[in-house]
Amino acid sequence: MLSIVVFLPLAAAVVLAAARGLPDAVARWAWVAVAAVDLALVGVVWAGYRTPPPGALAWSEQVPWIPGVNSSYHVGVDGLSLPLVALTAVVFLACAVYALREERRPRAQAALFLFLQTTCLGLFVAADLILFFLFFDLSIVAMYFVIGGWGHGDPARSALKFFLYTFLGSLALLAGFIGLYVAASPHTFDMVALAAAPPLTGAPVGGGLVLAAVLVGLAVKTPTVPFHTWLPPAHTDAPAVGSAVLAGVLLKMGTYGFVRIAMPMLPAAWRAWAWVIVVVGVVSVLYGAFVALGQTDLKRMIAYTSVNHMGYVVLGVGAAGLVAGADAATRQVAVTGAVTQMVAHGLITGALFLLVGVLRDRAGTYDMASFGGLARPAPRFATLFAVAAFASLGLPGFVGFVAEFQVFVGTIAAVPAAALALPGILVTAALFLRALQSVFTGPAEATTEGFGDLRRVEVWSVAPLLGLALLFGVLPRPLLDVIEPAAQAVTSMVGR
Amino acid sequence: MVLALLPEICLLAGAVLALISGSFLPRRRQWVSRLIAVAALLATAVTAAVALPGPPTTVFDGSYAVDGATGIARLVLALSALLVIGLGVDELAGGKQESETYAMLLLSTTGAVLLAGADDLLVLAVAFLLTSIPLYGLVGLARTPAAAEATMKTYLLGALSGITLLLGVTVLFGVAATTTYAGLAERLPAAPVAAVALGVVAVAAGLLFEAGAVPLHAWVPDAAQGAATTAAAFLTTVPKLGALVALYRFVEVLPGEVAWPLLVAVLAVVTMTVGNLAAFAQDDPRRLLGWSTVSQVGYLLVPVAVAGRSDLALPSLLLYLAAYAVTNLGAFAVVAAVPGVRELAGYAGLAAARPWLGGALLVSLLGLLGTPPTAVFVGKLTVAAAAWDGGSAWLALAVLANTLLSLFYYLRWIGPTFRRRSAATDDGAATAPPRPWAAGAAVAAGAAGLALGLGAGVAWTLLDVTLIR
Repeated sequence: MLSIVVFLPLAAAVVLAAARGLPDAVARWAWVAVAAVDLALVGVVWAGYRTPPPGALAWSEQVPWIPGVNSSYHVGVDGLSLPLVALTAVVFLACAVYALREERRPRAQAALFLFLQTTCLGLFVAADLILFFLFFDLSIVAMYFVIGGWGHGDPARSALKFFLYTFLGSLALLAGFIGLYVAASPHTFDMVALAAAPPLTGAPVGGGLVLAAVLVGLAVKTPTVPFHTWLPPAHTDAPAVGSAVLAGVLLKMGTYGFVRIAMPMLPAAWRAWAWVIVVVGVVSVLYGAFVALGQTDLKRMIAYTSVNHMGYVVLGVGAAGLVAGADAATRQVAVTGAVTQMVAHGLITGALFLLVGVLRDRAGTYDMASFGGLARPAPRFATLFAVAAFASLGLPGFVGFVAEFQVFVGTIAAVPAAALALPGILVTAALFLRALQSVFTGPAEATTEGFGDLRRVEVWSVAPLLGLALLFGVLPRPLLDVIEPAAQAVTSMVGR
Repeated sequence: MVLALLPEICLLAGAVLALISGSFLPRRRQWVSRLIAVAALLATAVTAAVALPGPPTTVFDGSYAVDGATGIARLVLALSALLVIGLGVDELAGGKQESETYAMLLLSTTGAVLLAGADDLLVLAVAFLLTSIPLYGLVGLARTPAAAEATMKTYLLGALSGITLLLGVTVLFGVAATTTYAGLAERLPAAPVAAVALGVVAVAAGLLFEAGAVPLHAWVPDAAQGAATTAAAFLTTVPKLGALVALYRFVEVLPGEVAWPLLVAVLAVVTMTVGNLAAFAQDDPRRLLGWSTVSQVGYLLVPVAVAGRSDLALPSLLLYLAAYAVTNLGAFAVVAAVPGVRELAGYAGLAAARPWLGGALLVSLLGLLGTPPTAVFVGKLTVAAAAWDGGSAWLALAVLANTLLSLFYYLRWIGPTFRRRSAATDDGAATAPPRPWAAGAAVAAGAAGLALGLGAGVAWTLLDVTLIR
């Protein structure tokens, strides 16, 4: 079943890529249809999901791939991956709807995004390090073509920087994986086996080095300070749907790697270095917020808030390693908050990037100073953007609040100094309010006259994302019921 | 004994028949000798595949090993030579020296197979000459000033390293009183270390020339650029494969007192780094590929450096060899398919106009880079794992760091290929109808590279072999 979910988009991508004479309209709607079917299949998976015992996976499938190095095609879901799988399907469907208006090579774009969807879904269900790496690398390749092929500004340069930077990360990750493989006895790449019997527990130096390699790889992808410099140009020059996927889904690959790979497989090293991770988290939160505050380009500003939001995730998972500071229940709250934050950020920032794309579509720029008083000609746009902005700054009632609240509760209990990150929320609130004020209120600028409001496909792509953010903000239980057992399992694994 | 050597006999007979038939055929009917060459290569591949599961044995008094490694080498080399002919048909057909080219291709392939199986220093020397002498001819066939210069360079370096190889053989024979590997393994530990070291370095020099590794790599980029594309594809693939298996076999017999693992490891790192750095600034795709093959040999030397210290070393070497052959030939096939394009920028618009060819190039270049799920990724992964497993984690890290370096120049080629062409600078060379056979070979190689990566588990069961002396 999971294999169908993962490879259905790929099959559709191959068909679309091969069908040269296909009319553009058919290609656009085929993408929407496939994304919708895939989301429905994910719904079936969610409906049939029963919390597996700690360390095991639901819906798992395993076929030997390279038996010589004990690598297999092993997939499965648990409370950490299932929400992200669902998030991926939702964000990609939103992008498919948004792209119904795409004029530039829609068939190729649909094929590329469907391929990208396979890599993202595959990464989140992978239970084998090599399989994980395979999808990790292919997602980079696909995103390179998205930025290079449909971007604006200086896309070739941004795409190259993105590729070089994240490829560096992926190689560091691979070095860490090989280290895990060699240290494990018997040698294996299987995640479940590695988590069950973590290698290098008695080797602080070796474990620390392997953790460092894995962390660098994941930190580049997340991105955390100081590995974030590829993110702003990539986002600024990427097309709107590309940015939505990049921020909504691809960034989660890094943070997901923390909870899926680094914490369960290197618990001793994680505990030893947790304080570094907490510091990086705090710095990312503050740095992302303050640099975002200084931006005049709206899209760049949102890109930097991603650094800030991902900082909360890093903070939460880092706190889980501070065993001395807090009991298991508190640390579990931090991990739950971190995983919830991944979902929250995916929904909200995905929506924000799609909305910002409208600015460029209508006026050809993201510069906040070029806009003013847009609320009058574009009320729907103003409403949705305001909702998204408030959701992003952590207003209660949205899932972002649920996430950040838990992260702070868990983290500050474990390490009071983490309260240093609290001003990050304040700064984020300030910068979003300032952006709202500058773009939607005040005197009209040259671009205001004739600014077209959101079209139907734009509303239908953005509104569901924000609706889900609101739904899980008001009724978080269904989501938390899935995440909490897995967070508990991870917390206890780190405590080993 | 004759049956055990059937694949080698097929190759040699094919070479002789192609040459003789070519002498009597008019130029427009030289396809007959092409048919002979293809049939000989197919027969080699089939007989090699049939013989693969057989028990390992040695022939001619232990001077030639017929074991799993030789079997894989025969199979891969025959299929590689077949692919070379496939990508070269358009270029060669009806040409002045068509049948001579086939004869030289087959002779050099025979030499490479013998290199891979040589279990005696004298057989190694013969195999070296049999591989390299037709190479000089192949490079020179293009009859251009660049080809003449490349031939000169190849010949001088080849002659020098050939003499060095013979010197090494003499020294080792002098201290061990035997040339068979079995005898060397027995007697070298008792021999004076300095003399053994001298002999080892001298013999290795010959093999490093054949493999195109630093410090005897200088001929590779020149030959790749100056020679005809068929010859370039051949000389960057086939001799390397034979030489690397030969080197692996050779280092396995050396005593521990000689620090050969360190020597090979240093050469590996220098080779991959030099190849990658030099490829950065290249604008001619063939020269770029020439330097890229130098860097690939660096990766291929890694399992040789940990020979005997990791169970993964030999299978990873053989897997990487097969993966490298098909991927590198795929890239050369694309070059052969668009003969009018001589610089990277000229590839603009290729993917839009010829999506299959663009796709094949993408798969080949990302393959050379080592992106999963292509075959070279599995090769690189197992090679790095072997190095780490063999206690040389730094070698694994060097492989990964160099992979990052190589990304840059492969992207310099991928970028234009997928870009729209600008009307101002376009001469239509990239979008002209491609040469059919070469394009077919490119697509086939791309598909094979993917299939070998995805089916690496199946391939691995064949590769789990041991060497025999």
